[in-house]
Amino acid sequence: MQSTKDEKQVMICHIDDLVEGVPKEVIVNGESIAVFKTNKGKVNALKNSCPHKEGPLSQGIVSGDHVFCPLHDWKISVETGVVEAPDEGCVKKFQTEVKNEAVYLVL
Amino acid sequence: MEKERLVLIGNGMAGIRTIEEILKRDPNRFQITVFGKEPHPNYNRIALSSVLQGDSSVDDIILNDYEWYEKNGIELYTGDPVVKVDKRRKKIHSKNGIVCEYDHLIFATGSNPFMLPLPGADKEGVIAFRDIKDCETMIETSKHYKKAAVIGGGLLGLEAARGLLNLNMETEVIHIFDYLMERQLDAPASDMLRRDLEEQGMRFHMNKQTEMIKGHDRVEGLKFKDGSFLEADLVVMAVGIKPNIELASDTGLKTERAIVVNDFMETSAKDIYAVGECAEHNGIAYGLVAPLYEQGKVLADHICSKETEGYHGSLMYTKLKVSGVDLFSAGQFQDEEDTRAIRVHDEFEGIYKKVVVKDNKVVGSVLYGDTSDSPRLLDMMKKGQDISNMNKAVILPSEDENSSGESPVVSMADDEQICDCNGVCKGEIVEAINNDGLSTVADITKHTNAGRSCGGCKPLVSDLLSATLGDEAVSNQKEPMCGCTDLSHDEVSEAIKEKQLSFTREVMNVLGWESEEGCSKCRPAINYYLGLNKPEEYEDDHTSRFINERVHANIQNDGTYSVVPRMYGGVTDPDQLRKIADTADKYEVPMLKVTGGQRIDMLGVNKEDLPSIWKDLGMNSGYAYAKSIRTVKTCVGEDFCRFGTQDSIGMGIQIEKKFERLNTPHKVKMAVSACPRNCAESGIKDIGIVGVEGAWEMYVGGNGGVDLRGGDLFCKVETGEELLDTMSAFLQYYREDARYLERTSHWVERVGLDHIRSVVLDDDEKRKQLIENMERALRARPKDPWTEVSENEAKQKELYEKKQLEVVQ
Ligand code: SRM
Ligand SMILES: Cc1cc2nc3c(=O)[nH]c(=O)nc-3n(C[C@H](O)[C@H](O)[C@H](O)COP(=O)(O)OP(=O)(O)OC[C@H]3O[C@@H](n4cnc5c(N)ncnc54)[C@H](O)[C@@H]3O)c2cc1C
Ligand code: SF4
Ligand code: FES
Repeated sequence: MQSTKDEKQVMICHIDDLVEGVPKEVIVNGESIAVFKTNKGKVNALKNSCPHKEGPLSQGIVSGDHVFCPLHDWKISVETGVVEAPDEGCVKKFQTEVKNEAVYLVL
Repeated sequence: MEKERLVLIGNGMAGIRTIEEILKRDPNRFQITVFGKEPHPNYNRIALSSVLQGDSSVDDIILNDYEWYEKNGIELYTGDPVVKVDKRRKKIHSKNGIVCEYDHLIFATGSNPFMLPLPGADKEGVIAFRDIKDCETMIETSKHYKKAAVIGGGLLGLEAARGLLNLNMETEVIHIFDYLMERQLDAPASDMLRRDLEEQGMRFHMNKQTEMIKGHDRVEGLKFKDGSFLEADLVVMAVGIKPNIELASDTGLKTERAIVVNDFMETSAKDIYAVGECAEHNGIAYGLVAPLYEQGKVLADHICSKETEGYHGSLMYTKLKVSGVDLFSAGQFQDEEDTRAIRVHDEFEGIYKKVVVKDNKVVGSVLYGDTSDSPRLLDMMKKGQDISNMNKAVILPSEDENSSGESPVVSMADDEQICDCNGVCKGEIVEAINNDGLSTVADITKHTNAGRSCGGCKPLVSDLLSATLGDEAVSNQKEPMCGCTDLSHDEVSEAIKEKQLSFTREVMNVLGWESEEGCSKCRPAINYYLGLNKPEEYEDDHTSRFINERVHANIQNDGTYSVVPRMYGGVTDPDQLRKIADTADKYEVPMLKVTGGQRIDMLGVNKEDLPSIWKDLGMNSGYAYAKSIRTVKTCVGEDFCRFGTQDSIGMGIQIEKKFERLNTPHKVKMAVSACPRNCAESGIKDIGIVGVEGAWEMYVGGNGGVDLRGGDLFCKVETGEELLDTMSAFLQYYREDARYLERTSHWVERVGLDHIRSVVLDDDEKRKQLIENMERALRARPKDPWTEVSENEAKQKELYEKKQLEVVQ
């Protein structure tokens, strides 16, 4: 991962604190972030707010690389933050890193 | 130019069909006014039988809605009969005082039911079976009374009797002759019919003549000529019809049994016509729609000044619209000296076929048990086909042992009729399917009128649809579960059972899912079906559950949650209320609200507070968020209410405690009221109980939501134990048979109440099995989830924790 000078890494949890299929809500400096662990052990993080009506994505059903928003069922990629057609939009994505079983968020 | 004025007296099937035919020929020629005695637009009188039998609602049987009249510029007066016709001034007068001039006047006043002039026939509870009002009276009566008697074992009487059985009444049929439907059936067929109907629960009193109807204001029973007596709370007379010709004879038209018309439906007076049951052509007044519709076509041609050969009479044939009975009768079916007959009689299969032949031509037929040859026979009769060179298999194709079992429509000629009521032949339907791209039976009915009256030809129309488009195209109309698969709900749940699958992933793998991990539609459904199949072994997959069910609270639009604790039967106490009040204060709950389900909702709770709120409350989850048993609402009942007949509160609490926490395909709401005033709204619940004197009534399939639907009376039982057993069997059958996310209302509509009754009430073995399966499912239920979570720290961390981090810049 390319780092820039003012990049900050924040440790948010142990890898085992994340459960496959159950996203975790983490609030960093007041900003709510949804953290996902896929069935292949990969960690992704999105802003915890659906582009439709700000539904909390951390409460959605996760299937593979997608999360379904709990309020009106929009389907959103956890890898890219892109909303699947026919709906439109994009959620802010955060870089993550796992080192020595610790999960870091790159700010 | 001013339009010609056309007035129709009688807003019924024959009259309005004539208007439709006229509009087809010349839509702008007439200014049309219609008067109808009944307060409805034109409806399908034939389908009253299916309304009574519970298969359709009154709305379903409207043929021409008010919009149709408006769109075609027709002035309609309903509930306003014409009372006087002034031939000389060419004017009519209605009861409400409307006076209307005409250039052409059509009588289509139909018939009145014939009421036997017995002493006591004017008592309350003695009715006929002719219109919507009669139907409504029967349905209403069945809610308060038990014993029905039908006088008349003909077509109409038997259809009424079947309907009354479906309304849960004990139904007795009184017939004056030795044989039922003696005008349409010979002795062997009539015997088979009687046996089948007895099996359905009808009781017959043959060879009985009613002498008087007994009772005070309301009927209480029938006294027969032989001195015997039969108790009855409702008497339906179905002994025949009498053409309605009072107005016509007052007007001075020539009448015999009915209004006499010539081949062009002209009466004895200038510019006045008659069609339908009120008309008599060549000495015959017809009582079936097919001839009436033919008359309507002729009259339309004539009035529109189109050349026509005129009307020359019709062939009569009959079908009985009673579920479980297939019967067809046409023409001259009794043996005479100069006739010979082909007979097939299989007492094991319950099949009887008789084809009567005279001068090498088919002149009549009776079919019982298998009526698939009826279109072929009718066609041969109409065309007067010479059969001297035909073998039996051609005359009765269903008897051909070498036949491929394909539908009779395949071998039908294009000009053979499929819908006899409306005179629609095969070729017309095929053309409509191909040219207009039709793919459902309903579409075909809309385009061609086939199936629009008695509905008996719908199976043939459906076969023809498959034969024309290919089975593939038609069966592909099944709905897949979701975008991840082509399989339907039924196929998936069937496969889970058959292959004994145990995990969500396994199901998707084995059944070839198109997406790796499914989606928000299929995963909850699969999770449900897996749990249903193995209640004890299956471990619920909470990642496949919608957030509400995963965290046991209902998500709000701002991401907070609501908390609805159980209050069994809607009963609470000061202690509970105090706890709710204290907890609400402690956690600053923004709103407390009384729900529509007789309990209290704490709205706007933060997710991370949920476990501790539950702990402080010390109450059980009300499952207000789940596809599960929701609430059992109750009314005050006998303890306090002056009308109460039963302990509705006690029963409600018992039911709620028994079934709480049970997973169901969709949410299930229940209610118990202690009298028909229904203060707990039992009429619109998935299962609604109404206490009456000495018994409980159980209604099912009610829904107060998007598609408002009143529940159907399912059964009436005497003890609480029997009630709980029946509820168990019904609920379990719903759990096993319905699709995930199918409310009971939709399920009941889809599979039919009769079918559910036959499993849950009539089949002792299945009922026992269902009750056992239910007990198994109840034993395997999880503990109260709120208690469980508030005692389980790992769960709290996984599901409810929100991590707060401050990063120092
Ligand atoms: C709380 C309550 C309203 C109230 O304040 O009274 C309520 C609230 C909701 N109802 Fe309801 N319904 C409530 C009684 C009803 C009733 C009345 C009743 O039960 O007697 C009905 C009509 C009766 C029926 O269901 O047949 C009702 C018909 C619906 C429907 C339509 C169901 C249908 O089959 O058409 C939905 C949508 C659904 O379930 O798919 C629904 C869905 C909802 C949801 C859960 C919507 C959702 O998924 O978020 C609402 C949650 C609001 C929230 O923000 O928390 N609610 N809802 C009532 C809870 C009752 C309880 O104590 O459990
Ligand atoms: C339960 C039932 C089942 C049936 N099943 C079948 C079947 O399977 N197959 C079949 O072919 N036929 C069946 N029939 C018969 C069929 O319904 C009738 O033959 C058909 O409805 C007759 O049509 P019509 O227009 O002549 O009379 P109707 O449909 O009776 O219409 C006449 C209308 O005129 C109104 N009217 C009368 N006097 C006046 C007035 N002075 N002013 C204004 N309006 C007036 C009446 O109220 C009525 O609404 C069945 C009938 C019933 C009742
Ligand atoms: S349903 Fe009947 S018994 Fe119950 S409260 Fe209402 S009136 Fe009283
Ligand atoms: S807020 Fe996410 S779908 Fe509506």
